[in-house]
Amino acid sequence: MEKLNYRHVAASRAKGEKHQAVVGVVASGNLEVLVERSLPERECEVDIRTAAEGFGEVWQAVVADFVERRSPGGLKFSINDGGARPDMVALRLAQAARAVEGEQV
Amino acid sequence: MNTKASNSTEYEMSARLAASWYEASARQRLAGLLDESSFEEFIGPEQRETSPHLAQFDLPEQFDDGMIVGRGRLNGERVLVAAQEGRFMGGAFGEVHGAKLTGLLRAARDIGSVPVLILFDTGGVRLQEANAGELAIAEIMRALIDARLARVPVIGLIGGRAGCYGGGSLIAGCCSALAVSEQGRISVSGPEVIETNRGVEEFDSKDRALVWRTMGGKHRRLIGGAEVFVDDTMASFRDAAAYLIQHSPALDASMLEAEQARLEQRTERFGHLEDALDIWQSMGARDAQAIPGMAYEDFVVLADQLEEPRHDAR
Repeated sequence: MEKLNYRHVAASRAKGEKHQAVVGVVASGNLEVLVERSLPERECEVDIRTAAEGFGEVWQAVVADFVERRSPGGLKFSINDGGARPDMVALRLAQAARAVEGEQV
Repeated sequence: MNTKASNSTEYEMSARLAASWYEASARQRLAGLLDESSFEEFIGPEQRETSPHLAQFDLPEQFDDGMIVGRGRLNGERVLVAAQEGRFMGGAFGEVHGAKLTGLLRAARDIGSVPVLILFDTGGVRLQEANAGELAIAEIMRALIDARLARVPVIGLIGGRAGCYGGGSLIAGCCSALAVSEQGRISVSGPEVIETNRGVEEFDSKDRALVWRTMGGKHRRLIGGAEVFVDDTMASFRDAAAYLIQHSPALDASMLEAEQARLEQRTERFGHLEDALDIWQSMGARDAQAIPGMAYEDFVVLADQLEEPRHDAR
């Protein structure tokens, strides 16, 4: 099990007032994302526990791309990963952001 | 890009996908089953009550340990609910997963008037937590019986990907009543387990038709293993849950005696038969071969003609 943690400064605060949301499931090729509105409004943290070791660079790139696209300021993302591919990770992160912003996912 | 159009399309897609109980996640099932926005979770994922065992095996945890418990409303009436996520470790029972259901059932016993709905989706006990998982099954069964003795209806809903196997099927056997869809399977031993222990001649786990007609919802409904056969939709499960809450038998000595008699009779009637098809035929089905392919509405009519479950044993 590998633990990874990334902190970013987001361009703006994430929309909505919802306190938390959870999307996805821990299964092969899938992951769950728990998102909590618990940080100062420009900060963003992504905390990852993954069964697939040695993919830190890919995670870093996917997370950086996500923060740039969504500017999820104030949100902490906690991930339990079952070996998802980068496209699935990007999808779940976007779903989690939408869920906590109060949109249907 | 027109974001409004795109949002509504995604929403419709998600609603359509979630319309199937079998395809839905545990959280989607709860959302579809209960009155809108009525669900309130106990020990939610933010509390991170994860398995204390999985890390030793270098396996990933899930924040809710694959068991979601809480309270909500069904047609305005209060209910307690527990839902298993069948995609996380096959919905299998571990220490925390089981303790959440035990706690819910003990609360139901203490309250005494709020029914419990258990949304089964499980392969049984999690192998990595073997002893803790087996203990959890025993504790849940005790707590379930205590709740029923306090006159709390405990209703099982079965129609998930993992079916309802092993310890999960024992818990289902203790419930006041069960609703099952065609996709739901109920059995103590799963197909692979039987084949491994008794040989492929006894049970060929690759033969999907055999698996379905032996353990599937239609067979369980016909032999009285489940009270209600439901369609694979949120609405159908919702209706069945509301109906069974109103029509579940009390747990007492006379009911148990009647059950014992019924099970003896079942063994006598069907015990010598080799296949579910033979059983259906001996029950009076004219074209037993046609039953597996039968549409929901047609099967419900046929099942009511052949036998009406009016009992409590599985």
